[in-house]
Amino acid sequence: MNVLEVSDLKKHYPIHAGLLRREVGRVRAVDGVSFHIAQGETLALVGESGCGKTTVSRCILRALAPTSGSIRFDPGQGETVDLATLPKRALRPLRRHLQMIFQDPYSSLNPRMMVGDIIAEPLRVNGVPAAERHARVLELLDLVQMPAVARTRFPHAFSGGQRQRIGIARALALNPRLVVADEPVSALDVSVQAQIINLLLDLQDRLKLSMLFVAHDLSVVRHVSDRVAVMYVGRIVEVAPTDALYRTPRHPYTETLLAAVPAPDPMRRGRQMKASGDVADPAKPPPGCAFHPRCPYAQDRCRVERPELTEVAPGRWASCHRAQEIELAGVA
Amino acid sequence: MVERTSLAVRDLAVHFEMEQGTVRALEGVSFDLHAGRTLGIVGESGCGKSVTARSILRIVDRPGRIVGGQALLDPGTAEEADLIAMDPESRRMRGIRGGRIGLIFQEPMTALSVHYTVGNQIIEAVRAHNDLSKAAARDRAIELLREVGIPRPELRIDAYPFQLSGGLRQRVGIAMALAGDPDIVIADEPTTALDVTTQAQVLDLLRRLQREKNIALMLITHDMGVIAEMCDEVAVMYLGRVVEYAPVADLFTTSRHPYTRALLRAVPSILATPRQRLATIGGAVPHPGARPSGCAFHPRCSDFMPGRCDAASPAPLRPGEAGASCFLEAQP
Repeated sequence: MNVLEVSDLKKHYPIHAGLLRREVGRVRAVDGVSFHIAQGETLALVGESGCGKTTVSRCILRALAPTSGSIRFDPGQGETVDLATLPKRALRPLRRHLQMIFQDPYSSLNPRMMVGDIIAEPLRVNGVPAAERHARVLELLDLVQMPAVARTRFPHAFSGGQRQRIGIARALALNPRLVVADEPVSALDVSVQAQIINLLLDLQDRLKLSMLFVAHDLSVVRHVSDRVAVMYVGRIVEVAPTDALYRTPRHPYTETLLAAVPAPDPMRRGRQMKASGDVADPAKPPPGCAFHPRCPYAQDRCRVERPELTEVAPGRWASCHRAQEIELAGVA
Repeated sequence: MVERTSLAVRDLAVHFEMEQGTVRALEGVSFDLHAGRTLGIVGESGCGKSVTARSILRIVDRPGRIVGGQALLDPGTAEEADLIAMDPESRRMRGIRGGRIGLIFQEPMTALSVHYTVGNQIIEAVRAHNDLSKAAARDRAIELLREVGIPRPELRIDAYPFQLSGGLRQRVGIAMALAGDPDIVIADEPTTALDVTTQAQVLDLLRRLQREKNIALMLITHDMGVIAEMCDEVAVMYLGRVVEYAPVADLFTTSRHPYTRALLRAVPSILATPRQRLATIGGAVPHPGARPSGCAFHPRCSDFMPGRCDAASPAPLRPGEAGASCFLEAQP
């Protein structure tokens, strides 16, 4: 059963110029993205800055209104809704099922509220009686491995890692159907990052969380996600189960990304660098396959014809004309 | 392999006088930089890695104050000069800053002004350290931009920083650092703000420039992958001290300080198995103002020996000698 099914999602921004502010072009930040998240599954959305991964997550949360496409969401009451077209009013009662974990644990907690109140806020807003709220806050603090006394203290008393735990407790307060986590560990120190990664793994096991994990760090993603979708210039270029994607990538961009990550092992030093050039501009993406100017395998066809995301093996999708003929290197 | 020692840092100590008391940001840091070699400085936030760089360049912001130690340029030669003894505003120090020692920042936008073209700024840096005419300095600036791999430098020289991508901006930042033809370069998290494919390109560039110019490179990073990829020797810092110093291969295979071992185990790996948990270090890095007694790592250390580690500090490392500042090591 799928908690979320996104199909052909687009978010375009018009570019205006001239005296009459006529539309002269469009930034195709997200340009036809489709994926699903099954119940209890963590899907990672990865890619470099400007690839559109955060725009996708913001469309799902309806912090942005999509240009077109559908976002079918199952709030767990037997009927799915399309978040893409729902009016704001109708979204309200759904928000409790759709929660977010933020990147920056310093700006995402109100410094004037006690931790207990921060965690209880979503409960209060949704009409949970005070007595129940108290018990639930204690339960949540325990869940994120924080002492009960944290309840009566303010966020400034806590380190970045502890604040991130508080943010996670708040996101989980209402037992959401789907958690969207946008770079939840990238602002943390290594030793603290490891604690939060382990916590997320625990919570996935214990609560069967469904999660969209937006991240740029491919190492972190390998630890926490069940499947990975790789984005490049507004489109998904590859989707696969995590281990398969890392071991045997099927899109040249995935191969490039994996090869670029410096492994914490001096024996693996000096791997061949394949990517040249910069990430393409989503305002004027190259014709054909957007990756072709940087792709070591590009042929004439890649320069004119845009490849579609197709199933190249059971459960594995790639948008590359040559996916079946080229042999790509992964990281074992 | 004996190379010329370009810079010898000895017992460097920096205090920050705060209202709450004295924060000892650096407590006796010593290391050497050698021509043609890369020293990695790694540690979590608050360990003092950036303060070390700023102290050498004499740009520690108030209320920070260097309270002791030396930074000897060309140690053991007739030209030996102690940067710490110099007036930071003196003509000589200004000549060294950017002349002998180049600095590469994490976010090149902090080093570049938004109001001037890239060319203006590099030309200014070139002329600050070389007696050149405007036209000759412009030619030199174009040559520098070409050296750092900027395509069509004769056009890009008239671009403003905001017109360049993050990767190109960091290349400009590197060109700026090289404008005075330094033989020592300090790079403070030079790729942290960059995407992974761009990071690979910039690391490659740094390696190439170092080789060509026989630069002594001090590379500050929190990323063990970057350390493994780039460094010859590594100094691991924790709360203002070097706790371990080792050749890079030894650091990853036979690290000697419990903190280094714990840190390496906590790093997420691109080679992880699905849902692999990480070993964690309990707690968080304490605030430097609340430094624990004895060995500052003892409250988080798995090998903590009561009555010993919390009672006295282990002896600091002798510069250039591999080892750990830990009671588990044979103490001199």
